Amino acid sequence: MDYLGDLQAFLPGIITAVAGLAVITIEALKSGHKSAYWVTSFSLIVALFFGIQSLGTPLQEAFSGMLVHGGIAAFGNVIILLGTLFCVFLSNDYLEGIDHNYNEVYGMILFATSGMICLAGANDLISLFLGLETMSICLYVMAGLIKNEKQGAEGALKYFLLGAFSTGFLLYGAALLYGATGTTSIPGIGAAASSDLLFLAGAALLLIGFLFKVSAVPFHMWTPDVYQATPTTLTAYMATASKAATFMAMILVLSRALPSVEGLDWQAVLSVVAIITMIFGNIIALVQDNIKRMLAYSSIAHAGYALVGLSAATPEGYSAVAFYLFAYTIMNVGAFGVVAYYERNKGLDFSDVNNLAGLGFKKPMMGVMMSLFLFSLAGIPPFVGFVGKYYVFAAAINANMVPLAIVGVLASAASVYYYLRVMVYLYFREAHKETEMIDASFLYKGALVILALLTVYYGIEPILPFGGLMELITGF
Amino acid sequence: MIVYLFILLAVLAIGSALAMVINKNVVNSALFLVINMVSLAGIYLLLNAQFLAVIQILVYAGAIMVLFLFVIMLLNVEDEEKLFDKFRVKYFLAFILGAAVVGQIFYSIAGVTDMLPEISSNMAEIGTVEEAGDVLYTKYLLPFEMTAILLTAAVVGALMVAQYKIKKG
Repeated sequence: MDYLGDLQAFLPGIITAVAGLAVITIEALKSGHKSAYWVTSFSLIVALFFGIQSLGTPLQEAFSGMLVHGGIAAFGNVIILLGTLFCVFLSNDYLEGIDHNYNEVYGMILFATSGMICLAGANDLISLFLGLETMSICLYVMAGLIKNEKQGAEGALKYFLLGAFSTGFLLYGAALLYGATGTTSIPGIGAAASSDLLFLAGAALLLIGFLFKVSAVPFHMWTPDVYQATPTTLTAYMATASKAATFMAMILVLSRALPSVEGLDWQAVLSVVAIITMIFGNIIALVQDNIKRMLAYSSIAHAGYALVGLSAATPEGYSAVAFYLFAYTIMNVGAFGVVAYYERNKGLDFSDVNNLAGLGFKKPMMGVMMSLFLFSLAGIPPFVGFVGKYYVFAAAINANMVPLAIVGVLASAASVYYYLRVMVYLYFREAHKETEMIDASFLYKGALVILALLTVYYGIEPILPFGGLMELITGF
Repeated sequence: MIVYLFILLAVLAIGSALAMVINKNVVNSALFLVINMVSLAGIYLLLNAQFLAVIQILVYAGAIMVLFLFVIMLLNVEDEEKLFDKFRVKYFLAFILGAAVVGQIFYSIAGVTDMLPEISSNMAEIGTVEEAGDVLYTKYLLPFEMTAILLTAAVVGALMVAQYKIKKG
């Protein structure tokens, strides 16, 4: 066995895991020392560097078939690490502001990230489950970080109980698949697939477990409460990186373990789930006054858009989903980042949209960036959100799923209302009360500006003569 | 000979499991669980999985059972006796669901009986500590290390959640 090659293949995961241990050690030796934060950011940058380096390499197995690297898995790693890095940049200031800046949080983030990397490259049900559990356990802890409010405990407990329940589904599905095929390897399951009742039940339970983690309707009930209770920048992490990792694992499992055998029509199942997810998420988001709840329902709707690409079940569809996750990660981290900035100001509850009135002119830079991220989330050109949606719906149309694409476009049109509503409050309403707004730190603003630039750049990139991120993904 | 031993252990395992669920006294339930775990360890031994058998007794029957009993004594659980007082629709639904799951398990076992390997002499080697360690550090290296990270994260996370207010340096 080529251990060195294996280690190199899993380098981003190893770096984050070791950095996590280092952060915990630093905290044990020197409680509250700032170096934990620097170790976290630095290790994530290094991991991201190695992740980008492995882009464009062919998909290969490592660790005796436990893991795949390169190809679409490498792209998944880049999305996860990018999302995590920006969340860490934003978290430092935000957690300091709400007086919860514990070093353990960074340790949890790093462990979760290494779990996500394992999940996004899983080639075996064992590594898939371990990655998913490592990620989930850290997320449960983050959800319960704010303990002096009832809401935090409620959200964390709800997340933990429902999450444990859904893990049960996933595990039972994995057990049945093993029972039906006699192997836990994902390609092995694909090779031994049959329309045996056992295999079908296993596939269904596995899908339920996945759909819970990406909060697709009807497995979404935990999302708004948990997102509201979690510190905002960690919500961003939860909503982007963990969803990206789960979707990547779904791509690998669906495309390689579940071939189209008779009776196993997961395409139809996913398209129905996608339709109800898009409709439900967008409609409920229309009436939300709390921005975090609004973004939670919007993230449910976005999971629906990504499911559209998955149900196309073509290479084009899978790469469209990968691009969509990239787009969703940068714009959503940005949007949550600006919300986190507003929230840090004392005096009013700035997660209520009514209290944002008139703030657009008061803090012009934040207002502009908020509008930019929201425009992108709504799917308005020339931002990256539009490009992502275009690829996903185009893949559905090419796979002869026109009704699915039509529902998607209509739902997306409805979503413009609630995104614009925030901007209406920011710019066209008089402020109720004069409030003192704090200044964000340079790093905080810088991170948001980079996210905004990425949002614009990848929005116009497809028409540029150079670049071609989509070509890079489809090449796999 | 082995068949008779197996039947003895299997009856013991199932019987103690039933007794554990039906018993109204929580401490008695816990003690029946010990019998269940020990008889399971015996079945592992029959399958030539010595390592697993020792671990089963050390970890489950030993450490975990002590924890169970401690929790029972600390919490002073008494409400459990009311569990079977009333018949409710919920129990009925739970029974049907449980029956469905058990049926599924039997179905899957019945479907793949030919896949179960015969107990042979070379199986004795598979169950040893050396073999288990060898597989654990070669084929299953990544899951093994990932489990280490998972457990570390879980311990740190549990401490974070349990502390009312985390001390800041």
